[in-house]
Amino acid sequence: MMLLILLGISLISAIILAFVGDRKFAPEINILGSAVTFLAGLGLAIQVYAQGPIIAGGKFFFVDAFNVYLTVLTSFVSMTTAIFSRRYMRREREHGRIGHKRIRFYHSMFQLFIFAMLLALLTNNVGVLWIAMELATLSTVLLVSLYRTPTAIEAAWKYFILCGVGIAQALFGTVLLYFAAEKVLGEGGEALLWTNLSQVSDKLEPTVLSLAFVFLMVGYGTKVGLVPLHNWLPDAHSEGPTPISAVLSGLLLNIALYALVRCKVLVDGATGTHRAGYIMMGFGLLSILVASFSLLRQKDIKRMFAYSSIEHMGIATFAFGLGGPIATFGALLHMLVHSLTKSSIFFTVGHASQMHSTQEMSRIRGLIKGNPLVGWGLMLGVMAIVGMPPFGVFTSEFLILTATIKDAPLLTPFFLIGLAVAFAALFRRVQPMVSGSAPSSQQSLKAANLPVILHMILVLILGIYMPDFLSKWFHTAVELLK
Amino acid sequence: MNLAAQINSILAALILLTAFGLLVQRRIYGLLHLFAWQGLFLSISTAVVGYTAGAHHLYISSVLTLLLKVLLLPYILYVLIHRLQIHKDVETMLNVPTTMLIGIALVIFSYHLTSPIRELSTLVTRSTLAVALATVMLGLLMMITRRNAVTQIIGFLAMENGLFFAATSATYGMPLVVELGVALDILIAAFIFGIFFFHIRTTFDSLDVEQMNRLKEED
Amino acid sequence: MRIYPFIIEIFQIAIVLILAPIFIGWIRMLKCWFQGRTSAGLFQPLRDIMKLFYKDVVLAENASWIFRFTPYLVFAVTVLAGGIIPILSVDLPLSATADVIALIALFAIARFFIALAGMDIGTAFGGMGSSREMMIASLAEPAMLMAIFTVSLVSKSTSLSQIVQTITHAEFILRPSMAFAILAFILITIAETGRIPVDNPATHLELTMIHEAMILEYSGRHLALIEWAGMMKLFLFTSIGIASFFPWGIAAVDNLFQLPAAIIFMAVKFCIVGIVLVLIELGLAKMRIFRVPEFLGSAFLFASLGMISYFILE
Repeated sequence: MMLLILLGISLISAIILAFVGDRKFAPEINILGSAVTFLAGLGLAIQVYAQGPIIAGGKFFFVDAFNVYLTVLTSFVSMTTAIFSRRYMRREREHGRIGHKRIRFYHSMFQLFIFAMLLALLTNNVGVLWIAMELATLSTVLLVSLYRTPTAIEAAWKYFILCGVGIAQALFGTVLLYFAAEKVLGEGGEALLWTNLSQVSDKLEPTVLSLAFVFLMVGYGTKVGLVPLHNWLPDAHSEGPTPISAVLSGLLLNIALYALVRCKVLVDGATGTHRAGYIMMGFGLLSILVASFSLLRQKDIKRMFAYSSIEHMGIATFAFGLGGPIATFGALLHMLVHSLTKSSIFFTVGHASQMHSTQEMSRIRGLIKGNPLVGWGLMLGVMAIVGMPPFGVFTSEFLILTATIKDAPLLTPFFLIGLAVAFAALFRRVQPMVSGSAPSSQQSLKAANLPVILHMILVLILGIYMPDFLSKWFHTAVELLK
Repeated sequence: MNLAAQINSILAALILLTAFGLLVQRRIYGLLHLFAWQGLFLSISTAVVGYTAGAHHLYISSVLTLLLKVLLLPYILYVLIHRLQIHKDVETMLNVPTTMLIGIALVIFSYHLTSPIRELSTLVTRSTLAVALATVMLGLLMMITRRNAVTQIIGFLAMENGLFFAATSATYGMPLVVELGVALDILIAAFIFGIFFFHIRTTFDSLDVEQMNRLKEED
Repeated sequence: MRIYPFIIEIFQIAIVLILAPIFIGWIRMLKCWFQGRTSAGLFQPLRDIMKLFYKDVVLAENASWIFRFTPYLVFAVTVLAGGIIPILSVDLPLSATADVIALIALFAIARFFIALAGMDIGTAFGGMGSSREMMIASLAEPAMLMAIFTVSLVSKSTSLSQIVQTITHAEFILRPSMAFAILAFILITIAETGRIPVDNPATHLELTMIHEAMILEYSGRHLALIEWAGMMKLFLFTSIGIASFFPWGIAAVDNLFQLPAAIIFMAVKFCIVGIVLVLIELGLAKMRIFRVPEFLGSAFLFASLGMISYFILE
């Protein structure tokens, strides 16, 4: 029941918003829809917390400790993003960057995107997972090109083509997975259900699954934005409207990683070796290093934070690859805090670039003077994202670092170099932007305060204190992913 | 080899042939026709497999392929091409023989990659899996070597054909839910690229994706 | 020592010598019909050759022995090839001497000398023709070998007689590899024998000539021999194709009674091949020389695909 509300609301909101169009209350409907979705997500979480994993809808849906927290996270961040986008998009329209039709399109697609992500999270069927991932891509492609500038269209085309190609590889991987599963579980839809697969994973043919994993890794890895499959990501993030950058970075990458990890569990079960983990560690470490050094050369603010997302997804992928209870725990936490922090950063970045009518960092100055909340929000957000205590990212990175020192000591220096370079690069850029006096060209605006404050408080809390229910979930999830 | 397997391998060969044809065809209508032929072969092959294996859900997939890949998508593309007035365009292409050689290498690579599966499978269609993977790879190659947005999309769709063929040949088709979902996704994708073509055309005055080079890493 | 294989052998060589010009005549006749012209009849090429034999040879002053020697060599080599390919019967004493690879080498020798002779006089056209011919050859030969290997893989032998026997006796199977090989073979035959769209045998238009450019300096009996060899080449390539892909009807070992049937089968097949060839030639325009690599590239592609699909699909 909760599940139906959860999925249904966003779909219905998408349809309603398509009809409402650019009325005055459209953003409010958007927020309302997301809020109800979030409440349903919470309800589902409580249900799972009380009863344990749920299988529903004729085994079509499956909720366990791993995906339930991502569900809550997804619905929460989409709610706050909806709140943020109300003021953000209003200003964009007032400045004539987008028209009525595109506002309608934006709202409708935003909800469809949330629906696709939630479907990807909640489905039990590995095939449907793929479909939902593709749907999530498709629903955001035209949002990336919303401004219709040449660069925006180029970014969206790149996003469409690269992710399309990538995700096609994932489908081939899924076909191979089904091929292996069919031998054990028999023909039909049952053979693609994750719950069934995970039970018989040790009986699946190892050679086939190894091959399947390579394709799945390339496919979903493209969506996670792992180096060297990351080319679309900085473009899509920098050219799309900021709320979309926030959800792409904060949510979509997570979901793709979720899909990848789900598949890894099956492959590990079948091969009995750690091969899949090594592949993930390689991709992860490469992403950390390449992304952190790329951070140094960025001039566009959203592009820079896009690279930061690649780095953090690299960290999480690396940690999942590392395996072991501490690393996995760290990775799960990292997905959570990165998502919260990064979307909050994008909120402030969006306002900052609106204030200066540019995304060029050299022209953004004096944010704290101009709008204290935006300035401090960005400052604190960046402090959090580079892993300074007492924020949550510090905790998760610390956990992952400890696990690295323990399990793969030789890789520790690379990991640390990546973190250090990212730290330096981000601070070097952000510090002049927030401090100093505001240039005369700066415009004032009404910023959306609530989302930023909410996110930063949550990240702070997670850094200081881990709620019982969350650590219990994480522990269960760690067990599941072992 | 029984007759159905023979027919199936002939169809597989034809699909491979059309994949190569797509790789080197310069004219846009030629591409469209080849793509439609590929869809037709795919559809027939699916029906043949469905008949021999007694897997009746494959008939649905077959009809779905026929409607989507042979009729609807080429029609949409036809209309788009007509509206964009690019039907007389001839693409300039780099070094066709080299592309062909790379294509052949890809086929051999796919064969090598799928050989463990071939040994494991008991289905009559197992040998066509390599062709399916090769079709995917050739679609990929086409997307890399071509510079026209429409051509790239046709490459993308050809890749999808390969995936579909893989599903039929490796497993007698994915579960129906998945196949319907995939078809839906492709349909949505078709509308999206349709919109895209116009955006690209109005913004860049041509469908040559080479012109989209503004987003670069700055140094 | 059985005697009648030798009789068949001699008979077959005679057939090649006589029928090759007639086959060309058939093609020209068909072409005339399709184009609504009056044809010169089946035997016109034969009459042309005879006429050339009565004419004097005009030699350039600086012609070396290569120039004079080449026509005889080319003719001899082609006749030898005609003795190896099973056209009527597989029971040929000569067929044991060379398999299909050696056969291709024989044609290569002929081509090599023609190219040399083309350059021998030192005229511009001769050199141009030779260089073009060698370019085509360098692309066509690998493709030809690939196509032949595919057939050999299927029938597990490189001897044409063996291939014919294996294929006629085995159960008929739809083979994608053979289909690809046929396609490749047709393209190669067109290129090797200088037909449209690669070369146009009916023209002496300066810039498009390939084969004609090389033999431009020949006259009299030399020209007759080379022309005759050229006609036989088309005939023999067709025969190789028939033996490898459609061998049904070729007489088996020790079976004299099949010979009349074999002759009829052969005649029918050649008629059909002629029609197909004419249809191809009428449907296509001669392509620019720069497109020829692409044309032969596709031949190579088909041949390789045939070979690969033998492993993948069969």
